[in-house]
Amino acid sequence: MGDWKTITVPALSSDSKNIFQYTSEKKMSPPSLNTQVLRLPLPSSKSMHTFFSAFCTEENIEQSISYLNRELTTLGFPSIYAESKGKELNLVSVINCMNELLVLQHKNLRAQEEVEMQHLKLGSDMDHLQNCYAKLKEQLELSKREIVGLQERDRQLQSKNRNLHQLLKNEKDEVQKLQNIISSRATQYNHDMKRKEREYNKLKERLHQLVMNKKDKKIAMDVLNYVGRADGKRGAWRTDKTEARNEEEMYKALLNDYEQRQKQLLMENAELKKVLQQMKKEIISLLPPQKQKPKERSEDGPVLSDLEEDIGELNKENMWELSCETVREQLTNSIRKQWRMLKNHVEKLDNQVSRVHSGGLNGKDVISREDHELETEKLEVEIQQCKEMIKTQQQLLQQQLMSPCDDDTTLLLQDCYLLEERERLQEEWRLFREQKKNFEKERRSFTEAAIRLGLERKAFEEDRGAWLKQQFLSMTTDYKHSENVTTPNSDQGNGLVNSTSQQRKPHCMLSVPVPAEPCQTSQCIPQN
Amino acid sequence: MNFSELFRLSGLLGKFSPDGKCLASCVQYRLVIRDVNTLQILQLYTCLDQIQYIEWSSDSLFVLCAMYKRGIVQVWSLEQPDWHCKIDEGSAGLVASCWSPDGRHILNTTEFHLRITVWSLCTKSVSYIKYPKACQQGIAFTKDGRYMALAERRDCKDFISLFVCSDWQLLRHFDTETQDLFGIEWAPNGCVLAVWDTCLEYKILLYSLDGRLLSTYRAYEWSLGIKSIAWSPSSQFLAIGSYDEKVRILNHVTWKKITEFEHPAIITNPKIIVYKEVEKSPSVETERLSFPPRALASSLFSTQSKYDISEVPVSLQCVKPIADKANPKIGIGMLAFSPDNCFLATKNDNIPNAVWIWDIQKLKLFVVLEQLCAIQSFQWDPRQPRLALCTGNGKVYLWSPAGCVSVQVPMEGDFQILSLCWHSSGDSLALLSKDNFCVCYLEREEA
Repeated sequence: MGDWKTITVPALSSDSKNIFQYTSEKKMSPPSLNTQVLRLPLPSSKSMHTFFSAFCTEENIEQSISYLNRELTTLGFPSIYAESKGKELNLVSVINCMNELLVLQHKNLRAQEEVEMQHLKLGSDMDHLQNCYAKLKEQLELSKREIVGLQERDRQLQSKNRNLHQLLKNEKDEVQKLQNIISSRATQYNHDMKRKEREYNKLKERLHQLVMNKKDKKIAMDVLNYVGRADGKRGAWRTDKTEARNEEEMYKALLNDYEQRQKQLLMENAELKKVLQQMKKEIISLLPPQKQKPKERSEDGPVLSDLEEDIGELNKENMWELSCETVREQLTNSIRKQWRMLKNHVEKLDNQVSRVHSGGLNGKDVISREDHELETEKLEVEIQQCKEMIKTQQQLLQQQLMSPCDDDTTLLLQDCYLLEERERLQEEWRLFREQKKNFEKERRSFTEAAIRLGLERKAFEEDRGAWLKQQFLSMTTDYKHSENVTTPNSDQGNGLVNSTSQQRKPHCMLSVPVPAEPCQTSQCIPQN
Repeated sequence: MNFSELFRLSGLLGKFSPDGKCLASCVQYRLVIRDVNTLQILQLYTCLDQIQYIEWSSDSLFVLCAMYKRGIVQVWSLEQPDWHCKIDEGSAGLVASCWSPDGRHILNTTEFHLRITVWSLCTKSVSYIKYPKACQQGIAFTKDGRYMALAERRDCKDFISLFVCSDWQLLRHFDTETQDLFGIEWAPNGCVLAVWDTCLEYKILLYSLDGRLLSTYRAYEWSLGIKSIAWSPSSQFLAIGSYDEKVRILNHVTWKKITEFEHPAIITNPKIIVYKEVEKSPSVETERLSFPPRALASSLFSTQSKYDISEVPVSLQCVKPIADKANPKIGIGMLAFSPDNCFLATKNDNIPNAVWIWDIQKLKLFVVLEQLCAIQSFQWDPRQPRLALCTGNGKVYLWSPAGCVSVQVPMEGDFQILSLCWHSSGDSLALLSKDNFCVCYLEREEA
C-alpha cells in the first residue's frame, strides 16, 4: 500500500483520494485483487483517462518522455532514448522497459498479495490473540475475585480459630481458677475444721475435768465376784521387764512372719528354678544336634559349654540354695538362648512342612494325622471291647466261684448233679446198646435173607433154565424120539429136571416158606 | 435345709457364741441364751434397760449387754447364772462397748469419745485411754488377740497407739499422715495395720507391727476416695473399694496395685455367668386348701423365685445417687473375701441389686447375682466358699461355685430378712429380721 504511495507521482496529489479509494477497495476485497487491479482501469476508466491524460498530453510529450526517462534511469532501467541525446525513442528499450515494468508490476502485485495474505494472517492472529487476551483477562478477574473470597474466608476462619483458642484458654483458666478455689476452700475448711476441733477438744477437756472432778459414785463397776483370768494365771505387775518382754514378743512375731514369708519365697524360687532347669534340659533334648552349623556352634559352643559346666558344677553344689545374681543371670540367659534356638528350629520345621505340603509329597515315615487318629480310635474301640469281654468273663467266673455258698451243700449238689447225669448217661448207653444189638440182628437177618434170596434166585434160575430146557426138549423129543444121544443129556436133563423138579419142589416148598421167613424174622426181632 | 420356728428379736442382735454351742438373742431388755441345735432356752437374763448391743466373750463364758441410753454395761456368765456384773459409766455416758480378746476386760467408749475406760473383771484396776478418735473403726484387735491398735487424735493430728492386750502396755505410739483417719484394720497375720483416710482423700497407709510405715497408696486425688476395705484371709491381698465404683487389690509383697476390678452396669463378657432372680408363679394346690385359710395365706401370696442364667450382654439396674448429698450411695460399699481366699464378693451401691463375685485366682469377674430387691447383707460361710445373702424379703439365697439357690423361708406372716450370720461350723445360719429371727440348718454334703 505504501509502495503505491511511493510510486504515485507526487504531482498527482489531487488523485490521492482516488488512490486511497483504490487501496481501500483493495483492502475490502483481497481475493479479487488481480481483478480489482484489472478492473482498476475499467470502473474508473474515466478517471484513468483523466489520470493518464493528466500526465501526458499532446503538449508535453517530450517533457513527459524525458521525465519518464529520468525516472527509469533513476530506477536502474536503461534509457529509453535511442541515443544519449536526442529525442527519438528507442522502441526496443522502451518495450524492454515496459516489459521490465510489467514484470516488476507483477512482482509487486505478487508481493502485495503475499503481504496482504500475511496481513490477513496477522490480522486473524491478532484477533485470536485479542480473544485469548480477553478470555485470560476474564479468568484473571475471576481468579482475583476468588482469591479475594478465599482470603476473606481464611480470615474468618482464622478469627474463629483465634476465638476458640481464646475460649479454650478461658476455660482452662476457669478450670484452674476453680481448682484454686477448691484448694483454697479445702484449706479454709480444714482450717475451720481444725479450729472447731480445737474448740471441741477444749470442751472435751472441760467435760473430762468435770467428770473426773465430780468423782461420781455412779461411775463404778458392781460385780459379784472377780473372775479368774482366762488363761488361769495370776495377774502380774507391769515392770520394765514385762515391757522389754512385750517388745521382744512383738519383734518375735514380726520376725516369724518375715521368716515364713521368706521361706515361702525361697520355696517358690526353688520350684521355679527347678522348672527352668527342666525346661532347659528339655529344650536341649528337643533341639537336633547342630552338626550343620559348626560355626555357630563354635561360637556358642565354648560359651555354652562353659555355662553348662558352671551350672553343672553349681547343680552339684545345691544350686538352688545360692541365689546370687550371676547364677540367676546365667540360668536365664542360657534358657533364652536355648529357647531362641528352639524357635528357629521349629520355624525351620514349619517351613519344611509347608514346602512338603505344597510339593505334594507324603513322607513315608509320616503318617497323616487322620489315619493316625483313625487307628487310635480303632485301637481304643478294640481295647474297650476286650475290656468288656474280660469283665464279663470275670463276672461269670466270679459267679461260678461265688455261687457255692456252703462247701458241703455244694459238694452234695455237685454229687447230685453228677449222679443224675451219670444215670442219664447210663440209660442212654443202655438204649444205645440195645439199639445196636437190634441193628446187628437186623443186619444179620437181612444178610441171611439176602443170601437165601440169592440162593433162591440161583435155584430159580436153574429151575427156569431146566424147565425151559425140558420144554424145549419136550418139544424136540416130540419131534425126535430117536435121539437117545441126548438121553444122557435128557437123563441129565431129566436128572436135571428131576433134580430141578425135585429141586423145584423143594423150591416150591422152599419158596413158600421163603416169603414167610422174612416175616417171621421181622416178627422175631421185636420179640427179641 | 431345715428352718426353725420364729423367735422374737429386737435390734438385730442375734449372735452365735464363738465355740458354736449357743445362740444369744435379745428381746427388748431380756437376753436369751439358746442351745444351737435344739434352740431350747438355756438361760434367760433380764437387764435394766433396752439392750442396744451384745457381745460374746472370746471363751464363750460371758455375754456383755450394753445399754447406751443408761450408760450401763451388764455382763452375764453362762456357767454361773447367779453371777452378775454391772458397769455404770454414769455421767460420762456410753457410746460403744466391746470385749478385749482375753475375755476379761471390757472397753467402754464414753460419750463424745472423751476416753476409753478399760474395766477388768479379774482385778479391781481401771485404765483410761485418752483422746480416742471418733471414727467408725477406731479400735482393732489382732486375730490372735495379742495386740490392740487404737486411733487417737490430739492437736488436730491423728495418731495410732499399739497396746499389748495382756497387760495394756503401750507398745508403740506414732502419728499417721492422714487428714482425718477413718478406720484401721489389722491383717489376719497380725503384722500389718491398714490405716485409711476419710473419703475426701484417697489414701491408705500400711504400718508394720512395730510402727514403721511400710507403704502409702493413693489412687487418685480430689474425687471421693475409700469406702470400704477387706483383707484376704491369708493376708496376701488387700482389697480397697472406693467411690469410683472400683476395687483395687494390693499385694502384700510390694504393696502395689496388682489389679483393678470395675463394676460397670453392662456386662458383655460371655464368660461371666449372670444369675438373675426371677419370680416363679406360685402353684396353688387346691386339695391342700383348707380352713382356716390363714395358714397358707403367706405361702399363697409370697412368690417363689428361682435363678435363671441371663444371656450376656446384661444390663443391670442402676440407681442414680442424689446429688448434693453427703455420703452418696455410689461406690463399693461391701467387700468380703471367701475363707479359702479364692473369691471376693463385692456390692456396688450404684447397682444395689447385684452381688459381684470375683475369682481371685484368675483375678477376673466370675459370677454376678442379680436380685429382685436391694441387697441387705451377705456373708461367706466360715468354712467353705459359700455365700449367703439376703435382700429384705423372706428368702435366703445361697451361692457356691456349684450353683446358686433361692430358698423361701416357710414362715407365716411377713418375715423380712435384714441380716444373717453364719455359725462357725458353717452348718447353720441365723436369719434376722426386725422383730424375729430363725435358724436355718443346712445339710452337710457327704464328701
